[in-house]
Amino acid sequence: MSETILNVKGLTIDIPVGGGTLHAVRGIDFDLKRGEVLCIVGESGSGKSLTSLALMGLLGKRIKVSAEQADFDGTALLQASPREMRSLRGARMSMIFQEPMTSLNPAYTIGDQLMEAMLLHRQVSRAEARARAVDLLEKVGITAAGSRLGQYPHQLSGGLRQRVMIAMALMCEPELIIADEPTTALDVTIQAQILRLLVDLVREMGMAMILITHDLGVVARVADKVAVMYAGELVETGAAAEVFGAPMHPYTRGLLRCIPQPGKTARGAPLGTIPGIVPSLVGEVAGCVFRTRCDEAVETCRGRIPRHGPGETHSFRCVHETGAKATEKERV
Amino acid sequence: MLQFILRRLGLALLVAFTVSFISFSLLFLAGDPAAALAGETASGEDIEAIRRVYGFDRPMLVQYGDWLFAALRGDFGESYYFKLPVASLIADRLSVTMLLGVCGITFALLTAVPLGVLAAMRPNSIIDRIALFLSVAGQALPSFWFGLILIVLFAIQLRWLPVSGTATWAHFVMPTIVLGYYAMPAIMRLTRAGMLEVLSSDYIRTARAKGASELRVMFRHALRNAIIPVVSLAAVQMGFMLGGSIVVESIFALHGAGFLAWESISRNDLPTVQALILIFSMFYIVFTFLADVLNAWLDPRMRSS
Ligand SMILES: Nc1ncnc2c1ncn2[C@@H]1O[C@H](COP(=O)(O)OP(=O)(O)O)[C@@H](O)[C@H]1O
Ligand SMILES: [Mg+2]
Repeated sequence: MSETILNVKGLTIDIPVGGGTLHAVRGIDFDLKRGEVLCIVGESGSGKSLTSLALMGLLGKRIKVSAEQADFDGTALLQASPREMRSLRGARMSMIFQEPMTSLNPAYTIGDQLMEAMLLHRQVSRAEARARAVDLLEKVGITAAGSRLGQYPHQLSGGLRQRVMIAMALMCEPELIIADEPTTALDVTIQAQILRLLVDLVREMGMAMILITHDLGVVARVADKVAVMYAGELVETGAAAEVFGAPMHPYTRGLLRCIPQPGKTARGAPLGTIPGIVPSLVGEVAGCVFRTRCDEAVETCRGRIPRHGPGETHSFRCVHETGAKATEKERV
Repeated sequence: MLQFILRRLGLALLVAFTVSFISFSLLFLAGDPAAALAGETASGEDIEAIRRVYGFDRPMLVQYGDWLFAALRGDFGESYYFKLPVASLIADRLSVTMLLGVCGITFALLTAVPLGVLAAMRPNSIIDRIALFLSVAGQALPSFWFGLILIVLFAIQLRWLPVSGTATWAHFVMPTIVLGYYAMPAIMRLTRAGMLEVLSSDYIRTARAKGASELRVMFRHALRNAIIPVVSLAAVQMGFMLGGSIVVESIFALHGAGFLAWESISRNDLPTVQALILIFSMFYIVFTFLADVLNAWLDPRMRSS
């Protein structure tokens, strides 16, 4: 058992579209140790969902995924056979989706769907799987868990369904959980509650998690690492404290206009908004993609963008070697 | 579920009553039944006599009540043409038609559903194109022509199968294919469309995320949902096959109920027509009811609505 559970280098996702190729994700790197929480932030359309689906092997054949490296505990995810991937999915890595209303099969009971992964991957009896399902439903805060097993998805509210999805992802006690905006579709009043529940369970079970969220309060509280994505690139990544303490990329600074601090930033605090639109990623993409919206854009932004890293634990991609921070200080 | 079944059953009975009344009143809509019975040369007195003997002079509701109670006991009166009890006339014709209908729908489902699933699994592949070709051809080929082609090929040229009749199971092979092929295109395309829609849904992704095999995803997770509209369609097709297999019955000289209905209509044999309409409608009602129950079992959301 190695310390690093997930190691991704140069992950690239190309989607053939009408007028050419959409370079949706372009060479992103990150890694994750056991028990760590990595939060991916970035506005919609930046490729967060594609990245998670690519790691799970859930993208269709039409979408081309490549990487120098994409290892899950020594298994090369992109080279693994469909069979190998199936034995990982649901057992050692599982995913919670953004759409609780439609992610459960309307034709089967909650119990059937909860037990499925366990019956598929573990040599257990139905009774054992059932017991585990009840146990987990209680853990995710569902009352009368035993009788819920016989209910169908349409009888449950969105919040309950997402709790069921969380329980479902935990059934086989995976080593890695990918939660893609698990609360975005839910009522604002229960978002924080459910996210907190998920994070607590993941911590309790010692699993690694990739959490995609817009809730900076949650990021500040739970993230060990933060990755900031913009238009298919990882513009800045590093230990949460360092990225929050000293954001270097102009985009990160825009997002963190009010820098979240544990205990200070309210839960549910929104990301800062930056004026402008994301450029098309169809066809050749050169230079820094953020330059069209960046206050500090210069001529060299059209060329190759170097990667700077104050340390191994914090790096960013920008032509400004000292990052946006320095320039902002000068202005003050 | 039980509540759902009872409600649907009540509805089915209501429809059955309405239909029985309509098929009964057909007797009067078609003109004066006594005059029709008496023939063109009969005098007014003869017609009056017939009216009294057959009870046409009583109030219509009373006549309907009598007819309905008799029908419930299996007594549909006497055929004007054959001068035989309608019930015994229909009985063996109906068994031919039912056998043909069951074989036809089974053949249609067994070819259309797997083909639709395969086509949806690989859209625009060779299999999808073959399926599309078969379905367009099935829709375009007139049954009588397709039937004749089969007869020429398999009965006359190759001599594998008998030309016509009902003596053995071999006699039913070609009629089954012709009748089934008629129903196949619609079922195939509905299966394909349903599967395509379901396969792009979020819960299929969830099933894959659990590590379910492709086979399990296709059949347990997708088909179960995609088949729901197909069940309703198949029930209608089945009802249609029983009443509308006249062409096939004529080509292969299978003297079934469809053929009898056609004959009886042209002979103005009203009791037979009435009985056949009633029986065909009852089949429709039974099939729709069974389809509803099957669908409610497949889709829990339907049970509560
Ligand atoms: N199946 C697809 N076909 C075409 N384009 C897609 C597909 N999936 C995602 N995209 C595009 O890729 C980009 C990234 O999408 P996504 O990963 O869903 O973003 P995020 O999750 O960060 O909001 C978006 O521009 C989106 O339109
Ligand atoms: Mg997304």
